[in-house]
Amino acid sequence: MIFRRLSKHSYVLFTALMSSLLATTAQADYELNMTEGVTPISQQIYDLHMIVLWICVIIGIGVFGAMAYSIIYHRKSKGAKAATFHESTTIEIIWTLVPLAVLIAIAVPATATLLDLEDTSEADVNIQVTGIQWKWRYKYLDEDVEFISSLSEESRNAIPDPTGVDNYLLDVDKPIVVPVNKKIRFLFTADDVIHAWWVPELAVKQDAVPGFINDSWATIEEPGIYRGQCAELCGKDHGFMPIVVNAVSEPEYQEWLVAMRAEAAAVAAAADQEFSMDELVAKGESVYAANCSACHGPTGAGVPPVFPAITGSSVATGDIGAHIDIIMNGKTGTAMQAFKTQISDVDIAAVVTFQRNSLGNTVGDLVQPSTIKSLR
Amino acid sequence: MSTATTHDEHHDHGPASGLMRWVTTTNHKDIGTLYLWLSFIMLLTGGAMAMVIRAELFQPGLQLVEPNFFNSMTTMHGLIMVFGAIMPAFVGLANWLIPMMIGAPDMALPRMNNWSFWILPFAFTMLASTLLMEGGAPAFGWTFYAPLSTTYAPDSTDFFIFAVHLMGISSVMGAINIIATILNMRAPGMTLMKMPLFVWTWLITAYLLIAVMPVLAGAVTMMLTDRHFGTSFFDAAGGGDPVMFQHIFWFFGHPEVYIMILPAFGIISAIIPTFARKPLFGYSSMVYASASIAILSFMVWAHHMFTTGMPVAGELYFMYATILIAVPTGVKIFNWVSTMWKGSMTFETPMLWALGFVVMFTIGGFSGLMLGVAPVDTQYHDTYFVVAHFHYVLVTGALYSIIAAFYYWVPKWTGNMYDEKLGKIHFWWSTISVNLLFFPQHFIGLAGMPRRIPDYALQFAEFNMISSIGGFAFGLAQVFFLYIVVKTIKGGEKATDEVWEGATGLEFEQLPSPAPYHSFNTAPEVK
Repeated sequence: MIFRRLSKHSYVLFTALMSSLLATTAQADYELNMTEGVTPISQQIYDLHMIVLWICVIIGIGVFGAMAYSIIYHRKSKGAKAATFHESTTIEIIWTLVPLAVLIAIAVPATATLLDLEDTSEADVNIQVTGIQWKWRYKYLDEDVEFISSLSEESRNAIPDPTGVDNYLLDVDKPIVVPVNKKIRFLFTADDVIHAWWVPELAVKQDAVPGFINDSWATIEEPGIYRGQCAELCGKDHGFMPIVVNAVSEPEYQEWLVAMRAEAAAVAAAADQEFSMDELVAKGESVYAANCSACHGPTGAGVPPVFPAITGSSVATGDIGAHIDIIMNGKTGTAMQAFKTQISDVDIAAVVTFQRNSLGNTVGDLVQPSTIKSLR
Repeated sequence: MSTATTHDEHHDHGPASGLMRWVTTTNHKDIGTLYLWLSFIMLLTGGAMAMVIRAELFQPGLQLVEPNFFNSMTTMHGLIMVFGAIMPAFVGLANWLIPMMIGAPDMALPRMNNWSFWILPFAFTMLASTLLMEGGAPAFGWTFYAPLSTTYAPDSTDFFIFAVHLMGISSVMGAINIIATILNMRAPGMTLMKMPLFVWTWLITAYLLIAVMPVLAGAVTMMLTDRHFGTSFFDAAGGGDPVMFQHIFWFFGHPEVYIMILPAFGIISAIIPTFARKPLFGYSSMVYASASIAILSFMVWAHHMFTTGMPVAGELYFMYATILIAVPTGVKIFNWVSTMWKGSMTFETPMLWALGFVVMFTIGGFSGLMLGVAPVDTQYHDTYFVVAHFHYVLVTGALYSIIAAFYYWVPKWTGNMYDEKLGKIHFWWSTISVNLLFFPQHFIGLAGMPRRIPDYALQFAEFNMISSIGGFAFGLAQVFFLYIVVKTIKGGEKATDEVWEGATGLEFEQLPSPAPYHSFNTAPEVK
């Protein structure tokens, strides 16, 4: 047992070392400049970025050079006498037309890239991405796979001191898995406020607007794990809703789909089982950490009056039916979401039971997943 | 300077004494002073909030503040700096300078002038008071996108809405006053094309203000009715559209950024010729370029919204129109450099700030051009690259021009020269620290750090720490500036009437230093 754990640790250590060695050179670039990414579009965008950057550098050298020359040589302390010229229509026309020509030179490739970027037709895989305060729901259209992805527990626990945590704030509990070399179309929307789904290496950044659907696309050419985050201020935990995309080969993708469907079936089946109080409370603790603690606090103290406390609350210690209702259907006009669209019957039953019998509450009752199922 | 004018002034009424002087004043110089002090207080207040932001971002992890309070800090910092520091400072400068520059005895509408100032302290007190309210201050960013600012906002948002209304009323009144003054009260012979560029750029700015402040008022009113009166302007569930909010906001917001930079162009166009001892190159092209920038500013708003899902035709149009602004802006930069060319330059403090402006505003312009290229904006949008961009144009642009203007005109206002050595220390201290503060933000933005986050992934740690150190140093430099300001007002070497060897303009050529409480009671002759 100890040996197994050790070997697992050394394996993790080894891969971390290797990948950090490999990444050192790439990382150094990446920290100063935009990523070239792993899609044809991200490459085009990077190239365009570099073209415009170099144009700016050249103009900058010209302008700042002329300025520096004047500052050095045309100074009074060196006996410079001021000339009197103060206009020249010819020069004005030249420096209106030359920049215009440069801009047209930028606009041509920019237009081509933009048209490519916006062409979401003929996609192989369609994924609906829904922004929710503060997590993402992914729905694979035509594949019957749907799940919620939120900040990993390791990152969440490391917030007070993230030293040495791998992929701090860029890690999730369930990454999305996509096939390489397929055109993936993402459809974006949101349940509450505007979010923006951004993965730099895919060069996809698109706002997820409640009530509307936007789209974008990516064809990933290299297998790998690509990380991003929400890019539109969406409230308190805007900085804590990362995105992880795992690009794999087609067979691995198919396997993953099968596994996801099996998992969903197991979760659905669990709704008909009976659970003990201890089982529900234990399960509820992790559900609470992932879904409730962001607002109501890890100890249930909340941040009144905006985010009420769970400890001693009239809901969590009162009628269980009302308690279930608020968790399933949310509370309009507040940040309290309708969790029935986000978590399973077992999870709802577990978190209700947990809130009533932990966090300082001792109501003593419980609810079974089957009850939740019947309420849907 | 003719002694006859000085003699005349002796018969004028001086300022009333005591506190009531400031409450009841209708004198353009007093009101200018009030605006400038308000702006300084707001600069330090908004700056203190920036210090909280940089302190939290000093290292990864959450150490000092809660995420919600962090968001309140970014929101209030932005609002206070835009509406409280930069805009009132320019209005203060306009009040002080425009009548003296065009040979008018005062502003056209002095009582309204008093009112438009005195609204502001109440507006900002109300805005700041939200920090103490239950549920916290607004935390949705200074751009207050719906529905985060409507359905999901704290109760204090209603106070924010009212404060924005008050600021808008004040700005519109100020703008009307400036237009009325410039168009009606110029001295004989002061034709439009003889006006100093500061007057020209303010005339254009005032029209922008009148055009867009009501749009902002409309946006916050729609927010208010969405919040309380059952409308759904920005709520898709009721048939509205959250993105429409952004269109309305940026239809205000983009001209707004030119409101904050056009007067700066005027200031720089006054300072560089003085210290190059050579007339401004291309005066008339400067006027036309300013007007072009103002007109274009109404046609580019959606470049702030390239990721909102606009149709591709819209994105193309807004990209082309946006990068077109580089042309008139380039003309300005080239003209300033040509003004320096073959001049006889000296580098007193105002010139240093002006040169700093030209270099760093140009850097901000370059990143602006990059941001305007729509497909690439996919990667830049809402990252620290944008934060770096707009701080280069607003801090090392707008704020630098305001500080330059202070050093340039304060001898005329107070009759005292500032301390040249301290002024230079202030410049170099600020310039080194401000670049330490904002330049690395280009890198972390390109590397993938979104803006408005209280905590970040570990690979951004080094540059954030450098940026924070630069931030603290820059903040401290402005406290040092406060000391310089107070010292200059209290005393110092007496300024000559001309103040600067190469200075031109009515305020330097025809008024003593300090300028009398009432100047140009008789209009000067302008040849």
